[in-house]
Amino acid sequence: MEWETVIGLEVHVQLSTKSKLFSGSSTKFGAEPNTQANIYDLALPGTLPVLNKEVVKKAVMFGLAIGAEIGKRSIFDRKNYFYPDLPKGYQTSQLDFPTVGKGTLTIMLEDGSEKVVGVTRAHIEEDAGKSLHEDFHGMSGIDLNRAGTPLLEIVSEPDLRNAKEAVAYLKKLHSIIRYLDISDAIMAQGSMRCDANVSIRPKGESKFGTRTEIKNINSFRFVEKAINYEVQRQQDVIEDGGSVVQETRLYDADRDETRSMRSKEVENDYRYFPEPDLLPIEIDDSYIEALREQLPELPEAKKERFMSQYGLSDYDAGVLVVEREMADYFEAVAKTGGDAKMAANWVSVELQGLLNKEDWEIGECPIQADRLGTLIARIKDNTISGKIAKTVFETMVEDPAGVDEIIESKGLKQVTDTGAIEALVDEVIANNPDQVQQLRDGKEQVIGYLVGQAMKLSQGKANPGQVNQLLRDKIK
Amino acid sequence: MIEKTVAELSAALAAGEISSVELTQAYLDRIAHYNKTLNAYITVCNDSALAQAKAADAARAKGDTSPLLGIPLAHKDIFCTTGVRTTCGSRMLNNFIAPYDATVVERFNAAGAVMLGKTNMDEFAMGSSNETSYFGPVRNPWDTEKVPGGSSGGSAAAVAADLCAMATGTDTGGSIRQPAAFCGITGFKPSYGRVSRWGMIAFASSLDQAGPICKSAEDAALMMNVMAGLDEKDSTSIDLPVEDYTATLNDSLEGLRIGIPRQHFAEGLSPEVEQSIRDGLAVFEKLGATIKEIDLPNNHLSVSAYYVVAPAEASANLSRYDGVRYGYRCEDPVDLEDMYKRTRSEGFGAEVKRRIMVGTYALSAGFYDAYYRKAQRIRRLIKNDFSSAFKEVDVIIGPTSPHTAFGLGAKSDPVAMYLEDIYTIAVNLAGLPGMSIPAGLPGGMPTGMHIVGNDFAEAKLLNVAHQFQLNTDWHTRRPAALGKEA
Repeated sequence: MEWETVIGLEVHVQLSTKSKLFSGSSTKFGAEPNTQANIYDLALPGTLPVLNKEVVKKAVMFGLAIGAEIGKRSIFDRKNYFYPDLPKGYQTSQLDFPTVGKGTLTIMLEDGSEKVVGVTRAHIEEDAGKSLHEDFHGMSGIDLNRAGTPLLEIVSEPDLRNAKEAVAYLKKLHSIIRYLDISDAIMAQGSMRCDANVSIRPKGESKFGTRTEIKNINSFRFVEKAINYEVQRQQDVIEDGGSVVQETRLYDADRDETRSMRSKEVENDYRYFPEPDLLPIEIDDSYIEALREQLPELPEAKKERFMSQYGLSDYDAGVLVVEREMADYFEAVAKTGGDAKMAANWVSVELQGLLNKEDWEIGECPIQADRLGTLIARIKDNTISGKIAKTVFETMVEDPAGVDEIIESKGLKQVTDTGAIEALVDEVIANNPDQVQQLRDGKEQVIGYLVGQAMKLSQGKANPGQVNQLLRDKIK
Repeated sequence: MIEKTVAELSAALAAGEISSVELTQAYLDRIAHYNKTLNAYITVCNDSALAQAKAADAARAKGDTSPLLGIPLAHKDIFCTTGVRTTCGSRMLNNFIAPYDATVVERFNAAGAVMLGKTNMDEFAMGSSNETSYFGPVRNPWDTEKVPGGSSGGSAAAVAADLCAMATGTDTGGSIRQPAAFCGITGFKPSYGRVSRWGMIAFASSLDQAGPICKSAEDAALMMNVMAGLDEKDSTSIDLPVEDYTATLNDSLEGLRIGIPRQHFAEGLSPEVEQSIRDGLAVFEKLGATIKEIDLPNNHLSVSAYYVVAPAEASANLSRYDGVRYGYRCEDPVDLEDMYKRTRSEGFGAEVKRRIMVGTYALSAGFYDAYYRKAQRIRRLIKNDFSSAFKEVDVIIGPTSPHTAFGLGAKSDPVAMYLEDIYTIAVNLAGLPGMSIPAGLPGGMPTGMHIVGNDFAEAKLLNVAHQFQLNTDWHTRRPAALGKEA
C-alpha cells in the first residue's frame, strides 16, 4: 500500500527579552543554577505576575511577519500540572485567545516549487525550569534560571507531507525569527525547540491516522531523521497488522530512534482556566500599525530586491537571503567590491565553503565584508587575477592585514607591463613550436594551453587577457 | 487608652498625652494576658514592635505628623512580613519566613504604624468560623464559647478585645465583614483592585481583597488612606486616584437612597438580627435617607457560583505548596509522587483539601462547562443585578450574617458553614465595596449591618457608616467578659 505522511510541528521559541515574562529576573543563558530566579520565579506565596510588554511586541511582530490575525484581546490561562521544575504548579499560557492567530509560511520544495504552510496560532507562555538528574546521588536538582523565560509556541497546521518539508518549514521559521531578531533561535541551546506530530494514512484517504508526538529533537538534521524513523515505524506497525498508539515519543539521537515516553496512560488533564492574576492583553490598531512600520525587510522581499537590484538569479538570491546576517554581509561586499554578481559568487561559493569547513557563523568569520569587497575590487581593477584572488582569500583567513597589504607583501600583483609579458610570450612560443603550428592551422583551443604556459611561467601573476592578446598578435 | 479608636489615639499621640512606646507596651501587656484565652495572635512581635514604637516617637519628635504614626496594629497572618513568619493559618507554612513585605504591610510601615503581631485565621482563609486554623480556633471576646467568625477571626477578636488599635483582614466571600459582625466591630472590604494583593497569600485571586478591621468607620477611612492605591506589582490593582476617605465622612445623608434587598430579609434570617437592622434603618430615615425595597434576583445562586469559582482558583493557587522549595515537606519521601502526596496530605487541613478537590473537579475536562463556565455566567448575572440596583439607590443595606455568632463546633456540616456567607458572597463576585458595622446586641451578642456600594464608592460607604456611628453607640460597646484594662 502507498502511504502518505502527515506532519504538524509545534515550535517553541525563547523570545530574547532581557527579563522574564512575568518577573524582572534576567534571562541570560548559562548562569550558575538558581542565580536568575527571584521570589516570583520561585513561586513564593503572595507574589504576582507583571507582564513584560516586550514579549507582546515580539509576538505581534512575528504575527505580522507571517500575515497572521493579531488577537485584539488575548487572555492568559493557567495550565495545571505538578512537576518540580514548575514552581507554581501551573504554567501560564494562552489557550482560547492567543496573541497570534492564523497565518501562513511559504516554503520552497526540493523541486523548486513553493508550498504555503498554514500556521494555526502562536501563543505566549512561560518556560519551565530544568530538572538535573545527574550528580545528585539518586536525587534530582532543580535549576529555575529558565523558569519564566518567555516562549512563543508556534503551531503549524498538519500541512507538511514529508520530513524534508518539515525541515524546510523549520528553516523558514528560523530565518524569519532571526530577521525579526526576536529570538536567538539556537536549537542546540534550546532557544528553539521542535515537537513533531506525525501520522500516516493510505494515499488518497482524507481522514487523519493516529498521531504520535515526538519530543526532544534538537537540530534540523534530527528533525528529518526522527520523522523518517517514526514514519517507517508507524508503517511497520500497521503493515504488521497492529495500530499506532497515540502517545508522546522521545527521539534518541544516539540510537536514531524514537521511544515511547509515557505509556498508554490517559492524557494529562491540564484543567486550563483564565489566569485571574493578569488582565487580558488589549491590542489596538495603532499599536499594530506602529509595529508594522518597524518590521525589517523580510526574506521574500529581500530576495525580490536582490534579483531586481543586483540582477541575481532566483537561486542565488534565495541562498543569500536565508540568513539576515548573510544577506547583510553580501550587500556590504557588493557595495565595496562594486560588482554584485561577483560578490554573490564569492559569498555563496568561497565564503560559504569556508564557513562550512570551519563550522563558523558568519559573525565569527575572520574575513569581514569590507575585506572581501576590497578583494573583489582588486580583481575588477586588474590588480590581481581571479585565480590569485583565491590565494589571497586563503591568506586572509589567517592574516588580519588589509587586502592590499597582503597582495603587496606576497608579491602577488598582476603583471601588466607589456614588455614583461612580451618576454613571457616569446619564451612560450619558442618552447612550444608544435602547438604554435596547430594554432596557425586553425586549432583554436590550443590558445588555452599556450596562455596557461605563460601564466605558469609568471607564477599566475601575468594578466591573462594581455597574454592571450599578445600570443595571437605574435602567432598570426 | 487602649480602648480608644485610631482617630482618638492619633490625637492623643499628637498631643503628647502618651507615647507610642507606652501605648505599644500597653497592648503587648494585654495580649500577654488575654491571648491565651482568645488565641487571636499566632505570632506576637514584642521586640520589633517596641523598636518600631521607639522609632515612631523619634519621628514624631522630628515633626512627623502622619495620622497612623505610632499606632499599634495587627496584620492577618496572610500578609507576608519580612523576617516574621507568615503561616496563613496552615501547617504547610508553619516554618515560612518571607524575605519581603506585602504591599499593605509596606504601606503601614511607611505610615509609621507599629506591628504588634500576626493574627490567627482560618487555614488559607478558608472558613467562616476560624476553626480551620492549624493553630487552633480563635474565641469570640463576647462569649469565649462562641466563634469570632472567619476567616479574619483573629483580627476581629483582637480589635474587639483591644489587643490592638486596628488590624488588617482579607475578604474573599465575607472574611472581613462576617467576623466584624460577630465581634461587634467595623470591617471594610474595598472594591476589587482598590488595595494591592501583592504579598497577600492568594486564596481565590479574582475575589480576594484586603481591608481594614477596626473600631469605627472613621478609623476605616484613616486605614484606607494608607492601604488604597495602584500597585505596579499587582496587575489587577486599579489605576484610579485615591481619595482622602476622611474628607467626606461628615457629608449629610439627606436624600440618600438606601436599597434593602428583598432576598436578604427572607427565610433564614433570625428575628433579632432583622430587628437590629430595621432599627438601624430607622436611624437613617431620621437622617433624611429614603428606603426602598430592591431585588437581587440572582442572589440565591451566589453561594453555589462562589463555591465553584473560589475553589477552582484555590486549587491552582495552592499547587505551589509541594514541598520542593519551602514550607512543609513530609519526612523521608521515597520518591517524587510520595513526597507530593504526603506533603500535601499532611500539610493541609481537611477544609483546604476539600476545596482543592472541589476546585480540581470543577475544572476537569468534561465538567468545565457545567461548573466553571456556568459559575462565571452567574457571576455576570449577579453583577448585572447590582448594576441595575445602583441605578435606583446609592447604597444597599441588609444584615451581614443571618444570625449572631454561633458556638464553637456548632457547624460541622460544610454546606451549613458555606451558607454563613449568603449575604456577603455576592459582593465579592461583583467586585463591589462592602462593610459591616455594629447594629445591635441582642442577647449580649453583636449583630452586623451590611452596607454595599457601587464600584469604587468607598468614600460613600464610609460616609454612610460614619453618620450612623455618630448617631448610635453600638460601635463603642466592648465585651463585658473581658476587663477594660488588663
